[in-house]
Order: sequence, then C-alpha cells, then structure tokens
Amino acid sequence: MAENNVRRVPSGPADFVFEVGTEEMPARFLPAAVEQLETRGRALFDETLLGAHEVFAYATPRRLVLLATGVAGRQADREVEAKGPAKKAAFDPEGRPTRAAEGFARSQGVTPADLVVKAASGGEYVFAHRHVTGRAAEDVLGEALTGLLTSLEWPKLMRWGDHDLRFVRPIKWLLALYRGTVVQLSIDGVTSGRETFGHRFLHPGALSVATAADYLPVVRLGQVIVDPAERRAQILSQIRAVTAKAGGRVVEDPDLLTEVTFLVEYPTVLLGRFAPEYLQLPADVLVTTMKRHQRYFPVLDDQGHLAPLFITVRNGDDFALDVVRTGNEKVLRARLADAKFFYDDDLRRTLADRVTELDGVAFQERLGTMGDKTRRLEALVTDILRLAQAPAQGGKEARGGGAVRTLSEADPRLVETARRAAHLAKADLVTNLVKEFTELQGRMGQVYAEKSGESPDVARAIGEQYRPAFAGDEVPATTAGKVLALADKTDTLAAAFGIGLVPTGSQDPYGLRRAAQGVVAILLAADFRLSLGQLVDRAFSHLGQMATKAAEGREALMDFLRGRVANAMAETGLRYDVVEATLAAGFDDPAGAGERARALAVVRDEEAFADVVTAFTRAANLAGKAPAGRPVDPALFEHDAESRLLEAYQAVAAEALAMEKEGRYTDFLRSLSKLRPAVDAFFEAVMVMVDDRRVRENRLNLLRSVSGLATRVADLSKLVAAPSAKA
Amino acid sequence: MSRKQHALTFQEVFLTLSQFWQDRGCLVGQPYDVEKGAGTMNPMSFFRAIGPEPWRVAYVEPSRRPADARYGENPNRFYQHHQFQVILKPSPDDVQEVYLQSLTALGIDARRHDIRFVEDNWEAPTLGAAGTGWEVWLDGLEISQFTYFQQVGGFETRPVSVEMTYGLERLTGYLQDKENLFDIVWVDDLTYGDVFKRAEYEHSVYSFEVADVKTLVTLYDLYEQEAKRTLERGLILPTYDFVLKCSHTFNVLEARGAISVTERTGYLGRIRALARACAQAWLKKREEMGFPLIGKFGGSAAASVTAPAAAATEDKGGKARG
Repeated sequence: MAENNVRRVPSGPADFVFEVGTEEMPARFLPAAVEQLETRGRALFDETLLGAHEVFAYATPRRLVLLATGVAGRQADREVEAKGPAKKAAFDPEGRPTRAAEGFARSQGVTPADLVVKAASGGEYVFAHRHVTGRAAEDVLGEALTGLLTSLEWPKLMRWGDHDLRFVRPIKWLLALYRGTVVQLSIDGVTSGRETFGHRFLHPGALSVATAADYLPVVRLGQVIVDPAERRAQILSQIRAVTAKAGGRVVEDPDLLTEVTFLVEYPTVLLGRFAPEYLQLPADVLVTTMKRHQRYFPVLDDQGHLAPLFITVRNGDDFALDVVRTGNEKVLRARLADAKFFYDDDLRRTLADRVTELDGVAFQERLGTMGDKTRRLEALVTDILRLAQAPAQGGKEARGGGAVRTLSEADPRLVETARRAAHLAKADLVTNLVKEFTELQGRMGQVYAEKSGESPDVARAIGEQYRPAFAGDEVPATTAGKVLALADKTDTLAAAFGIGLVPTGSQDPYGLRRAAQGVVAILLAADFRLSLGQLVDRAFSHLGQMATKAAEGREALMDFLRGRVANAMAETGLRYDVVEATLAAGFDDPAGAGERARALAVVRDEEAFADVVTAFTRAANLAGKAPAGRPVDPALFEHDAESRLLEAYQAVAAEALAMEKEGRYTDFLRSLSKLRPAVDAFFEAVMVMVDDRRVRENRLNLLRSVSGLATRVADLSKLVAAPSAKA
Repeated sequence: MSRKQHALTFQEVFLTLSQFWQDRGCLVGQPYDVEKGAGTMNPMSFFRAIGPEPWRVAYVEPSRRPADARYGENPNRFYQHHQFQVILKPSPDDVQEVYLQSLTALGIDARRHDIRFVEDNWEAPTLGAAGTGWEVWLDGLEISQFTYFQQVGGFETRPVSVEMTYGLERLTGYLQDKENLFDIVWVDDLTYGDVFKRAEYEHSVYSFEVADVKTLVTLYDLYEQEAKRTLERGLILPTYDFVLKCSHTFNVLEARGAISVTERTGYLGRIRALARACAQAWLKKREEMGFPLIGKFGGSAAASVTAPAAAATEDKGGKARG
C-alpha cells in the first residue's frame, strides 16, 4: 500500500478551531466530508474577509474538525460602494433628490447629499459610499459556522429525538474557539463551548481547551488522533511491523485501509490466527469473509499464498489486547465454519444441475428470470461468434488481405465452449456462497465448474464474465470469456433500455454505465472485430416482446454506447474535437474508430492539414445540399476545374481506399491533401449554385463524393481550428 | 479471558437487561404471541413508534426465520432466535452511553474489549419502515442492532424512536465463551440445546420438507381476507395479528421454495399494503383518542435516561424539550 498520506499539521499555532462532536458517523462518508469541510472552510475565511494562512479539515468517526492559522482578529474597515437609481430618477429637474434617492440613501445609511453621480453601463447612476467598520472574528465566525455545518452534503441524513435538524448522525457537542475566545453558536439546542471529549473508552471525560492553539495537543491527550492521514500512516506502519514479525505481508487494499482509518480514533493493529484447515477453501471465499464481514486484512506468506492469519485494527490501545484478539479469532472461526458449511453443501450438486433453478430467480422485475436470461445468453454468444470477424491468420488484426472468417469458422470448438459457459454462467447465483457474498458471482462459478468436471476453458470463461467489473479492471483474457462478457453486458443493457430504464445523471441503479463501458473496453481490447450495431440488434431480437420500448430503447442505447466510446477515447488523451470528428464518421467498430481517431490526432497538428480541413469543410457544407446517391456526370461539366477535381478525386480515392483497407489511416488523411489544390481551384473557378438544376446538382454531387471520402475516417468540419502552434 | 468468575446464564442475561431498562423508565413487556421474524413486528414496537406519543419498552422476542433453519446442525444459525428489544421514544440524547452501561451491567468491561458502532441502515419494506444506525461490534462480533427509526408504516417518525436489539444467543455465547450456541447455559445444568435443539430440528424439517404448500397458500389468502374484513370494522390490532400471520406464512412458503419470483413481489406487496393500512388506522384512532400517552413516562420527552436516581430528579424537574 502506498504511503501517499503524510501528517497534515499547521506550521504555526492555530488561531481558530471548530470541532463538531457526533455519534459514530459512517466511515464511507468521511473521506468526502473532510474534503468538503476543507474547501468550504477555506471559502468561509475568504467570504468573512478574515483570511487564513492555512486551513485543515480532519475527521474521526466521532468528530469533524476545522482548524486554521493566520486568521485576522477583526475584519479590516472598508469602503463600500453601492449603486442606486439612475440619475434621471434620483433628481428632479431642479436637481433636488427624489423620494427614490432619499430611500436609497436611507437604506445605505448616508444622507442624500452624500450620493455621487457616476457613469456606469447604460448611463449615469447615483452611488453611495459608506465606511464599514470591520467586526470581530468571533462574531463573524459564529454566524458563518452555522451555515457551514448545515451546508455540508451527505449521502444520507437522519433526524433523532424530537429535534428538527437533519444531519449525518446526532450532534453531541460543539467546540468553537477563536484564539482564547469561544465563538458563540447554537445548532438545534447544542451550544458551542471550549469542551471536547477524548476517546470513548480511553479517555471518556470532558477536556477543556484554553485556546485554539491548544486544541491539537489537548485532543491528543484524550487519546484521539484527529488527522486521518496520521491514523492511516500509523495503521500501515503497525501492519508492517506485525506482518514482518510473522513472516508475511498484508494483501494490499487501499479502500479497506481508508474504511478502517475512519472506524477508529486511536488505532492498534493486532494479528490473529485461524485454523490452517480453512485454507482449503477457495482464496476468494477466505478473503471476502475476512474483508466483507469483519474488515480484516488477509495476510500472505512469503510464497504469496494466503496464510492462516489476519490483521484487525482495534479502536483503542494495547491494554488487554489478547482478549480482543481471542474474541476476533472466535468470530472469524464461526464465519469460516459457516463458509465451509456453505462450500461443502454447494459441492454436493454440479453446476449443470442448478441451471433449472434459475427459473426461480428474478433478473429484473419486468424482465423475467435468470433462466430466461441464460437462454438469451446462449443464443447471443452464438450470434456473436457468427458475426465477429476473426483475426487474420498470421496477422494480429481482423483485416487486410485474405478471406474474412468469423470466429465460429476460425475455431469451431469455441462455439461449444462459449455456449456451454453461457449455459452455466448464472448457475452459481443459486449457490449458498454467492447468495451470501454476491461479489463472488462468477468466481465461484469458475470454481464450481471445475469441481463439476467442466473443461478448464468453460470454467475460465464463467469466471471472466463480469469483467471489467470496475474502472481500470482487466477485460477477460480468453476469447470465450470476452464473448460471454459481451453477451451478458449487452443483454443487460438491451433489456433495461428496452423497458425504458435509461440512466440519467448520477442515477444508475442497474450499473448500466459500467456495463456499457465494459462492452466498449472489451471491443477495444479484442483481436476480433464486431459491429456494435449488429450486437445490439441481436440482443434486442432475443428479448422479443419483453422489450416493450424496443425502437426507442435501441436508439437510446446506441447513443449511450457512443458516449462510452467517446469517453474511452478521451481517456487515452485524445482531444474532444478529434473524438467528435471521428465518431461523426461512425463508431460501429469502436476499435477501428480508435485507430481513426489516433491517426487524426497525429495529422491534425501537421501544418498542411489546416488547409485540407478548410477545403473539405467548405465542400462538405455545400455537399449537404445535394440529393443523395447520384453519380457525377462529366458530360455536364462546364469548367476544366470540374473535370480536374473529378480526376484528382478518382486518383486519390483509389489510393486512399486501399490505405483504409489496410488500416493506414494516417496515410489516408495525408493523401487528402493531394486533393486540396483541385478543390481550391474548383471553388475559385466554379460557381456551384447556378440556376440550371442539373448542372448545380452535378456539382454538388461531385463535392459530395469529395467530402464523402474524408468522412470515411472523420467529419473534418467538427475539428476546432488548431491553435497557431508553431506557425 | 477477563470476564467475571461466573459468566451470566442465558436467563440472567435477559433478566439483567430487563432490570437495567426497567431502572431507566421502561415498561417491561412480554413477547407477542403471534409468530414473527423480528421484535420490531411486536405491536409494542411497530404501532408505538408511530405518532407523537412517548414510549419506552423492553421485552424479549422469539424471532422465527424459517430460511435460517439448519436442522440444529449449524452452531450459529437458528430457525428461532431471541432478541432483547428496547424502544425509547423520543430517542434520548445520551442513548449510546446508556446502551454501553447496559453492557457493563452484563459484565463487559469496555476497557478490555473493542466496542464499535459500525454503520448499518435497517429497512423493512413490508412494514414501510426504515432507519439509520449501527451494528454494535464486540471484538468483531455483532451483538446488537441500533436503529433510529426514520419511517414506520410509511409515516415519517416525529419524534424519532431508537431501537436497540440485542442478539441474546450470540451475546451469551460470547460471555460464556461457547463455540456452539447450543452449549449455552440457560440455567444451572440446562443448556440452550436441551431446551431448543429438538425444536430446531423439527421446525427445519417442517419448513423445508413437510409444510404443505397448498394449505399454506390457502391460509395466506384466508388470513389476508380476514385482515381486510377486520380492518373494515375498525379493529386495528386483530387486523395486525392477521398481517403477522400472513408474514410468517409467506416466510415458510419461501423457505419451502414454493414462491416464484413473480409471485414474491405480489405476496410482499399484499402484506405491505395491509401493514400500512393498519399504521394509518392506528394514527387516526390515536388522534381521535387525543394521543392519551402524551405526558406519560415521567413527563414529555425526557432527554436523558441516565441512572435511575438521576432520572427521577430530572423527570421531577420536568426536563422537557421542545
């Protein structure tokens, strides 16, 4: 685990501290809360004009803390100018102030005689100037802190007792000090003071804090480490110490480390043991049992295998640590006994035996059962294998010379493997262990498939079906795994979109965004080529009547997938306009679109290309007016420039299309520059929009052909003019 | 280990808790005599959490969960376990501290252990109920659920009740250092297994193998019909009894594997509709009655349930909030 957090402490004595004592807040909320508190705290010192040299936010399960140095004791006095009514409305024709002017002056605390006239946008206006005396920090802060606290955003709020306030957990105390003075505030019956409380068990009593600068030492005296970075670092170093002593190392898990950091105010790491016989359980089961149920860290031996050890972090010191260890060991023993019971029971039946049970498991309320889904998967993997182009033999890409073969033609055994894997894919959902730990879906399927005597390829594909499961997760390694994962995700997407369940904003309860990202990631990584449109069409066809909104759903899904393709490209560092230009020319083959985009990104920065863009954009704009699909008729040409453009087009097109076929998109785009002189000459010599309809349309058709050549790779009109880089 | 010479017996645990909460102003109730899955479903919790009237109650509740039945073979999972249930309404400001004192009363020295409040939000859709709170961990063992009810019967709670549910078997198993909960000493030379092992076996066989699906489906329908008919007559508590019977019948049917996916939603929806109707009728009736418990429990909404003596003085002083 990377030790990227260091203690964050003020460089000098704190002028200000605000501590909100609460009942235990959810660990998962706190990292974001600390960030919010610090950002808003910093803004608070700006807005109150008190300023601050340094602002730090801290949190433990039982407190939120905001600390600042370099805070002025008083706001500076200042001149304030306020804009009043227009001069016309402020003075009558005799130059006497009107009622409007008097009212404005009164509202500003000045006399009408003090008003001055100044030009402002839209004419002349009266202005009032007044001197504002700065207020003391403790007065300004009291009001601001109430606002700060109630403005914090939490994923879930609650009420308690007969209080009106909604907050993340009940508030127990408020400490607010500016240097030695209590900043007065009151939130829902809790009044601020100079008292804090120590650790719930190590130092349960109240502690009085004399000045803001004393806060950190005093709370430390109460055996509370308020800085999460410091607790995290302590946990890490203690873990290293105990694992080193035991001759192992901890399984890295930054998320678990973060959670545990926010479950304790004073961490003490301890090492526990469990009976080695449980190591016969699949490693995933052991790890999940430890992490999910108990927030324990698993430990590896020096071979990298799980050791019969675990790490837990006590919220307290090392007093009677053996009691805590014994208790935790006993709890884990019961958990592992349960897991073993489930595992042994699961192994009594083969995976294939369980498939019929899937008819009793809901996929989604309006979308039938997992049994239905299984049958759709079997059909869809078959479709994919028949539609996807296999990589050319000897070459890594499914393109270029030679006959194009589908995956099923290239490897008939793959059909058998993928169909079998699809048949068994969801069967682990009705096993005890997956019911207990849903995150083991797929992985238990793989284990049970192996134990049921399925082929290793089938088992592996089952194990890979949910990948990529999160951002940055790997895509399935095997072709059967890729095909199954594509089928699973596309079916889920089509099913949801087909009944109008379209994710909006942050609302995505069915994980559709992740599924779509997965589809795109797999297609980008795969060595086979598959049309996204065909994939989606097949998925919808298997849903049949269940997709009550199939037509709108398909359109919405393609649009959704386009967004994911765009994101995937943007993540590789491609510029927004390059992505848009590329996708406007199609995204049916995301991998191909990626290559086109990369080529465009290279060529667009070349000096000669700016003029190509201009020429083609001009052609494309006009060509949009042409009726589609008519051949160019040279008999209608009236200028040499027309026939020269046609000749140039034909020559470049022949060359460019060959390049396209070989995937040489950079060369393709560069070759377009050969057309530019002819295009420019054409526009110079030829008036396109003439009255003679046939001549006019013929010219538009010529331009359509020319611009259409470029849009095989990208719609160049979407490119934003290149910043004058070197030129 | 550091526990007292004599670890509490099973019955000493719930007697100690009863005494503890009696001393803090609770009425000590009894289990409700209709099968149910959790102590929250006892009318002394479900109904009393609705509306403005104060309430403080503590009781043991046998909780039947047919799907958790394991023929008495699993040392930790039971068809029926026992919850010690406490409801305090409104939730006192010092409720966590008082809860921790109840652990001290059971002989748990917090200084020698690791006690945590770990986020766990509770939801019972069939009761239209949801809350925020924690699992309480004792050296990694979940010994209690601690919940601030935010919604009950579809109504937002005002004031908010806090519910503390102690898992009696687990807690006693920990205190007595038993690996197998059937070995818990209930009293003297009687173990938990002496009392319940046979029942666990028989209920497991019944729930998984013997329960007659047709009969149970018929019973569910009859209970529902009777609930509807009774509710029309304005009899809320008899109606609720039939809602509980529907709920338990559903649980057996589900353990029996007799409920398909499509049916499941329907069965649960029918229970939810009836439970909500009961909640609505209850609130209306209490309003008609003028919310008779307002002012009880030692004055309205005492903010603290600390030590008995202190509580008495505070209550006399009328330390009322709001």
